[in-house]
Amino acid sequence: MSSKIAKFVTLFWSFFKIGLFTFGGGYAMIPLIEKEASKKHQWISEEEIFDIILIAESTPGPISINAATYIGYNVAGISGAIFACLGLILPGFTILFIISLFLTDFLNITIINNAFLGIKAAVALLVMNAGIKFFHQIRKEPISIAIASSIIILLIVSEIIGWSISSIFLIVCGLAFGLIFYALIPQLKKKEGEKK
Amino acid sequence: MIVKLLTLFWVFFKIGLFTFGGGYAMIPMITEEMIGHGWMVEQQISDFIAIGEMTPGPFAINMATLIGSMHAGPLGAVAATLGVVVPPVIIILLIARLFKSISTNKYVQAALKGLKPVIVGLIFSTGLLLILKNIFNSFFVFQEGLNIPSICIMIILATFSFLYKKVTKKAMHPIALIGLAAMFGIIVFI
Repeated sequence: MSSKIAKFVTLFWSFFKIGLFTFGGGYAMIPLIEKEASKKHQWISEEEIFDIILIAESTPGPISINAATYIGYNVAGISGAIFACLGLILPGFTILFIISLFLTDFLNITIINNAFLGIKAAVALLVMNAGIKFFHQIRKEPISIAIASSIIILLIVSEIIGWSISSIFLIVCGLAFGLIFYALIPQLKKKEGEKK
Repeated sequence: MIVKLLTLFWVFFKIGLFTFGGGYAMIPMITEEMIGHGWMVEQQISDFIAIGEMTPGPFAINMATLIGSMHAGPLGAVAATLGVVVPPVIIILLIARLFKSISTNKYVQAALKGLKPVIVGLIFSTGLLLILKNIFNSFFVFQEGLNIPSICIMIILATFSFLYKKVTKKAMHPIALIGLAAMFGIIVFI
């Protein structure tokens, strides 16, 4: 009984830390998940992190909530999922609720603005690092490298010229491509081979 | 009051259910809903987005908390946050339950395999864009010059991180990096 409670507390606390230090969007959470959920607690392996991100991206909702739910569930069932989510949400919720009481003044507090400008630099590096690590994981497949590289060029160019591309569109394309290339085409080839 | 709470829950439930691929994707839908209900004006939305980006935690939660609180106090914040969280949690729990059996499904495996390089592209380009945005003040490059303080902080952090790994053989904890960054931010930007 107490080991279950221990699991709940650990899940809550781990995701509380993740929730407290993830700034600027879901991808920035990846290094924290790697440190906490993978290296520290061994709830998931390094390769599994990528799979979790894939699932979290293809399903509705914020990536961080999806990841927390998934990992929490695997560690300690539905309650585990709930504790993980609670941990993730609480810091932001509390901070933002307090801010909502002093709304207009918040954006004018210099020290906070300056700290944030520094944090933006860290977030850029952390996300870049995650990108490089994931790229490294697909380095052996030429098609994957080609696709990833094309998308990188596409997104950067479109950002410069001000043309916005929906990431949902890219995600759907990726899923469709996978289905066709890795499932349907091999099936068709097999059938052709059988006919002969 | 109950009506307000239910409406908040429902609006954010829709947002949680229909937003794919990350918190910022919900901005258009938030804008539409807030203006549609007459709850906010564009400038307020921009300000809230700025706050949501600056503060820790999932962007979606932060927006829900702010907007919910503004409209119906603490209960409103809870209602909105619950709304945005419930759909993804339920869907993921269903998937996690089924995953044992669908993970061996060859179609699912094939689809996810195709998705992999796309996600790599998305994350890598996001990182690159964040770095570029920190280096240049505007995106029509060269027009507004370089953001020297930002560049300095990035170089310092990267160097620090690199040396740390060389010396301790372990990667620096992201939390430590962020703490350091906040400190430098306060020092450098004053």
